[in-house]
Amino acid sequence: MQRIGVFVCWCGSNIAATVDVEQVSRALGKEPGVVFSTNYQYMCSQAGQDLIANTIRDYALTGVVICSCSPRMHEATFRKTCSRAGLNPYMVEIANIREQCSWIHKEKATATEKAIILGRAAIAKVQLNAPLVAGTSPVKKRALVIGGGIAGIQTALDIAEAGFDVDIVEKKPTIGGKMTQIDKTFPTLDCAACILTPKMVDAAQNEKIHIYAYSEIEKISGFVGNFRVTIRKKARYVDEAKCTGCGLCTEKCPQKKVPNEFNLGLDTRRAIYIPFAQAVPKLATIDANYCTMLKTGKCGVCSKVCTAGAIDYKQKDTFVEEEYGAIVAATGFEPIKLDKYDEFAYSQSPDVVTSLEFERLMNAAGPTGGVLLRPSDKTHPKTIVFVQCVGSRCADGRGKSYCSKICCMYTAKHAMLCREKYPDTDVYVFYIDVRTPGKNFDEFYRRAVEEYGVHYVKGMVGKVVPQDGKLKVQASDLLGGRQLHIDADMVVLAAAIEPDKSARPLATMLTASMDTNDFFTEAHPKLRPVESPTAGIFLSGTCQGPKDIPETVAQASAAAAKVIGLLAKDSLTCNPCTAQPDEQMCNGCSSCEKVCPYGAITYADKEFRGPNRTTLVRRVAQVNPAVCQGCGACTVACPSGAMDLKGFSNAQILAEVDAICR
Amino acid sequence: MNDLETIRRISGVNPRRCMKCGKCTASCPAYDQMEYHPHQFVDMVETGHIDELLHSKGIYTCLSCFACVERCPRSVEPAKLIEAVRVVFLRRVGEEHLHPEAVAALADPEIPQQAVTSAFRKYRK
Repeated sequence: MQRIGVFVCWCGSNIAATVDVEQVSRALGKEPGVVFSTNYQYMCSQAGQDLIANTIRDYALTGVVICSCSPRMHEATFRKTCSRAGLNPYMVEIANIREQCSWIHKEKATATEKAIILGRAAIAKVQLNAPLVAGTSPVKKRALVIGGGIAGIQTALDIAEAGFDVDIVEKKPTIGGKMTQIDKTFPTLDCAACILTPKMVDAAQNEKIHIYAYSEIEKISGFVGNFRVTIRKKARYVDEAKCTGCGLCTEKCPQKKVPNEFNLGLDTRRAIYIPFAQAVPKLATIDANYCTMLKTGKCGVCSKVCTAGAIDYKQKDTFVEEEYGAIVAATGFEPIKLDKYDEFAYSQSPDVVTSLEFERLMNAAGPTGGVLLRPSDKTHPKTIVFVQCVGSRCADGRGKSYCSKICCMYTAKHAMLCREKYPDTDVYVFYIDVRTPGKNFDEFYRRAVEEYGVHYVKGMVGKVVPQDGKLKVQASDLLGGRQLHIDADMVVLAAAIEPDKSARPLATMLTASMDTNDFFTEAHPKLRPVESPTAGIFLSGTCQGPKDIPETVAQASAAAAKVIGLLAKDSLTCNPCTAQPDEQMCNGCSSCEKVCPYGAITYADKEFRGPNRTTLVRRVAQVNPAVCQGCGACTVACPSGAMDLKGFSNAQILAEVDAICR
Repeated sequence: MNDLETIRRISGVNPRRCMKCGKCTASCPAYDQMEYHPHQFVDMVETGHIDELLHSKGIYTCLSCFACVERCPRSVEPAKLIEAVRVVFLRRVGEEHLHPEAVAALADPEIPQQAVTSAFRKYRK
């Protein structure tokens, strides 16, 4: 029989206002095995903790029950307290009489009754608790960053700065991400390339950083501190060691009609290409979907002109296996497809463009050399209509329910830049709300209105009809009480952003949770915003939710700080509440192995002693305690009851149920 | 049940979903013929100002083209609301929308006799 102490917390008035704590501690004091029972105003305070520690010593307690808030809140606190007093921390049980009792009940009598029952269940469980000792597992001091945009680059640079090795895996031929396509950045209007490309070069030159460009994650196994990752290096058909990035092949390649994804299809590139002049790594890549040599075996121009002899048409995908202590997801975003929004005529007229396409049309390195020309007839547009919230804040199933957050600011930027470069253009911005929280953001938007004379109209565009070389825009001006009919030359749609398509399969590989929009879920929406609930997985940038560049960089550094905190440890304390098979009862059916989401269960043939001095070999389950996360799926799946979870054994749970039903 | 509740019930529209973007009004082809516009219909039902709406001629100029229903980003469906307002108005007892004296003036040789009789039965309640 254990010697149990019961400590009932008032939590100020959080519990005491709805639960008669005095009655609870008196009733629980009469339970079998309980040698001490009391209540106190704040059990988590220093005085409360001292009360627990002193009682453990004075009464030689072997088990402790604390009736308080959720174990998520203070289980760790109270375990430490008991540990200090010489009691095994796993001899502590928490009865949650706040979240699951006082907060949800109004009547004191029923709440008190329930609190007593919850306390009784915890006491019944402690009776069967056994001291557990947590093991440790080593930490591989290397981090993996998935995604080489500004988020991934910043995270990698910060981790490298702390002295740890870090690998970036980027699926495109170059790192840099979406920011490479942007012309200028709000609210200061500095050129995106001027602030991004030095960082790309820093990453490439940092000896602690290794960049796997044009590569994808193939497989991930393991757990915090010990991930094992297979990286697929896609065939470039160009020898990375030999290519000098001179670009001669990209000028001579006869296949000229490949849509240029860097300019969002607004112009074309060759089948062998370097995405843009400042690409890192600056290497040519052959696009196998368009290369005549790879498709028909007849061409070979690039290989003839390459003085370095870098072209290799026989190159195959290769695989690299590497171990990491921490993984950072930085997979970024994509603007949504606008095919469901045909009222804006996006698919009917080349002069209706998305904001990112407009960005390329304004960019000095873009298809028009930075001169704003309509895609249809290459003339200067005189009237430009910007439409905000295209696909954002939609509850109609066509778009996204959330606010994409960045559109108000970049639209203000586009409108301002138009008026600055071409003062004879008329610029309209149709908005539902203008959302500009952020340092110097609202001032920026007001400047667009007041100094640059952009017409901001509260209302939405109903339809756009291409007619006689113009775009007939029909819109509402809600504050003016008018319906507007504008003959526009260009219409720019602020398309909602969504997580990159690669994020969902990656989340499955990482066993990291996602929300219904495919954004990665953070461990706590306020207090742990850069960690995934899955240990060892961290979140950087827009894969967690829409955010602008300053916010992305801040979050990227925050994620790096968390990674450094993990990698700085030599070993990690494991959770001792892991699964344990009873080999005598195991029938080798593999049910547990199939349900284990962490791959912690394997099977081995073992010799058992049979009757009459015989031995027999049986196949039995084995649990790797370093990998097991204690989810308990195997204990439920086991048909013979051989699998048990330490600290949450079947016997303990049934004892709790019995105590509740008594 | 009062008129406001009836309108909400038979239209199935929840005006609180409206975020006042004005896309319905921007899409409306009958805008110029209405004294109240689609986003205002929704607002008037939301705030309970339906007397003006019930007596507005604009509710009959709505063509039921459903452009507002199709394009509303919040699935508020203003056209359904307007249909409900018309129905509520027509179902009112004791309003006598069509007086016997007025029938002779409205009679047109092109209109079938039955239509006049039907309208008289329907609107004189």
